[in-house]
Amino acid sequence: MKRMSRKHLATPYVFWIICFTILPLIYIAWYAVSDGDGGYTVENILAIFEPVHWKAFVLSIELALICTVVCLLLAYPVVLILRRLKIKKKGTIVAVLILPMWMNFILRVYAWQVLLSDNGIINSFLGMLGLPSINIINTPAAIVFGMVYDFLPFMILPIYNSLMEIPNDIIEAAKDLGADGFTIFRKIIWKLTLPGVISGITMVFVPAMTSFVFSDILGGGKIQLIGNVIEQEFTTSMNWQLGSGLSIALMTIILLIMALLQKSNQQTKGNNMIW
Amino acid sequence: MKKLKKLTALLVSLVCVMGTLSGCGEDSKNTLVVFNYGNYIDPAILDIFEEETGITVKYEEATTPEILYSKYHAGSIKYDVVCTSDYMLERMIKEGDLIKFDASAFEHIDNIGETYWDFSKAFDPTNEYTIPYFYGTVGILYDTTKVTEDVDSWEILFDGSYAGDIIMMNSMRDMYMLTLKYLGYSINTTNTDEIDEAQKLIVAQKPDVQAYFVDETKDELATGNAAMGVIYSGDAFVAMEMNEDLAYAVPKEGTNLWMDSWGITKQCDNVDAAQKFLDFLCREDIAKMNFEYIYYSTPNEAVIEDMDPEVAADEMIVPPQEILDNCEVCQMTSDELLEYYNNLWKEFKAK
Repeated sequence: MKRMSRKHLATPYVFWIICFTILPLIYIAWYAVSDGDGGYTVENILAIFEPVHWKAFVLSIELALICTVVCLLLAYPVVLILRRLKIKKKGTIVAVLILPMWMNFILRVYAWQVLLSDNGIINSFLGMLGLPSINIINTPAAIVFGMVYDFLPFMILPIYNSLMEIPNDIIEAAKDLGADGFTIFRKIIWKLTLPGVISGITMVFVPAMTSFVFSDILGGGKIQLIGNVIEQEFTTSMNWQLGSGLSIALMTIILLIMALLQKSNQQTKGNNMIW
Repeated sequence: MKKLKKLTALLVSLVCVMGTLSGCGEDSKNTLVVFNYGNYIDPAILDIFEEETGITVKYEEATTPEILYSKYHAGSIKYDVVCTSDYMLERMIKEGDLIKFDASAFEHIDNIGETYWDFSKAFDPTNEYTIPYFYGTVGILYDTTKVTEDVDSWEILFDGSYAGDIIMMNSMRDMYMLTLKYLGYSINTTNTDEIDEAQKLIVAQKPDVQAYFVDETKDELATGNAAMGVIYSGDAFVAMEMNEDLAYAVPKEGTNLWMDSWGITKQCDNVDAAQKFLDFLCREDIAKMNFEYIYYSTPNEAVIEDMDPEVAADEMIVPPQEILDNCEVCQMTSDELLEYYNNLWKEFKAK
């Protein structure tokens, strides 16, 4: 009986998942294979290979990869430093890192537009110091910048969690056995944080790959990512079939990439943090 | 994906709204349900109307033509009169949602100038369904501290003289429309050679463009990040309030003219009251009050004649006749043409 009552607790969640994940997915899949005249087609899904869409897709992958690598390079050292700090300080610093997430996501992108613009705060400050100005607004660099800023906490938190789980005893034991700092990092810390790293990569790469706000606002609408194409199909051109087909293609490719990542992870450790 | 989740959420919330609102709409004898965009009428006008006629007004608002349309079609509220934009009116007329009004029941309808009735013909070919309310243009907003020459042609955007300092529209229709106008073609052209020519021009222009925006243009110009930008006249007005160095011009080649008009729905039980209300909006003193509240271009000639000379000289409020002669209202293009435009736009964005 107890088991049953616990199951009931999940009802709101099940309802939620059905309404907002499964039904929309079915809708999208249905739109993707229908041709608008009652027939069925795979053209909308294969449309990802059309040069215009493919170009946007490749560019999206490139920017998302750069963003993920930068996030990882920024996050990992921060987490290593955090581990050494006293508990009280740790809490404060993690809170500060999460703090920006309390503000609206789009609002933060707009803030960067104001900060990075040619006459913006950063450039007038640089000008005051006699330094050359940075003109990255409306370029891919600004897009990556905005994505890194918004997604960095999603890289830090999972790595932080997996690093905190490593008992000090293991590291001390390694030291006793004569391992130097680099060996400890390579053989113990890196391997035990790998699940965290992988879920961090997933949580940064996927939204970076599919977003369209960054290119519209920080890219000045001059750079077309696959997210922009899909958005346009749904809004201005009212072609939901093509928009859905491209979404399904994108989803499939991302799932494949993630499956590969997952496989490489399972070879080291079976512990999955995200799925 | 995000967009879709939003859509689903919207649908679900619409259903919820339908649930809570059903039950209104009774006692339709002496009430009128008015459906309009948000903040698009002087609220005092509704009070005056109720006082003068004894008809109770129930006022409903929507934010975009699409939301207005889907709320209307949800059918839980019986809207008597609606105000919406050109292309949505065209759709509603085609789908039989609007009924013809009886011009002989109106006293003040002659205040609406002939020019505006002609523009309305783009979406209401016989002028029997809609009554013009406000209209506006797409033009160039420029910073007078950076641009000293006269801005009177779209050419200034294409000749490279302000390379890197111009903001164009991140809107497919508006971009092609202004380029077609610059080339001297109709914005409602179906000739693909003319559209291809416009495509070449905007592709060639791309390196000179700082950014493509819609809503952000007014802020970028108000903060001095660009010398000029293509903008809707309503947004231009907001930007000019923020920065007095800005000026707005409608190029002499003409532009895309948008128009919001009123129509009576087929659900309306009390056509008499509906016509009284629309006639009331055309009355000079009421139209004047409304104009001073909203400050968009008014099609009411009695109001224009009575305007402060300074306001009347403002091209943003009263576009001169020679410019209006070259303006056109965008029509609902066919599905094939829309797809053609859409593919060109994606190619252009991918360059």
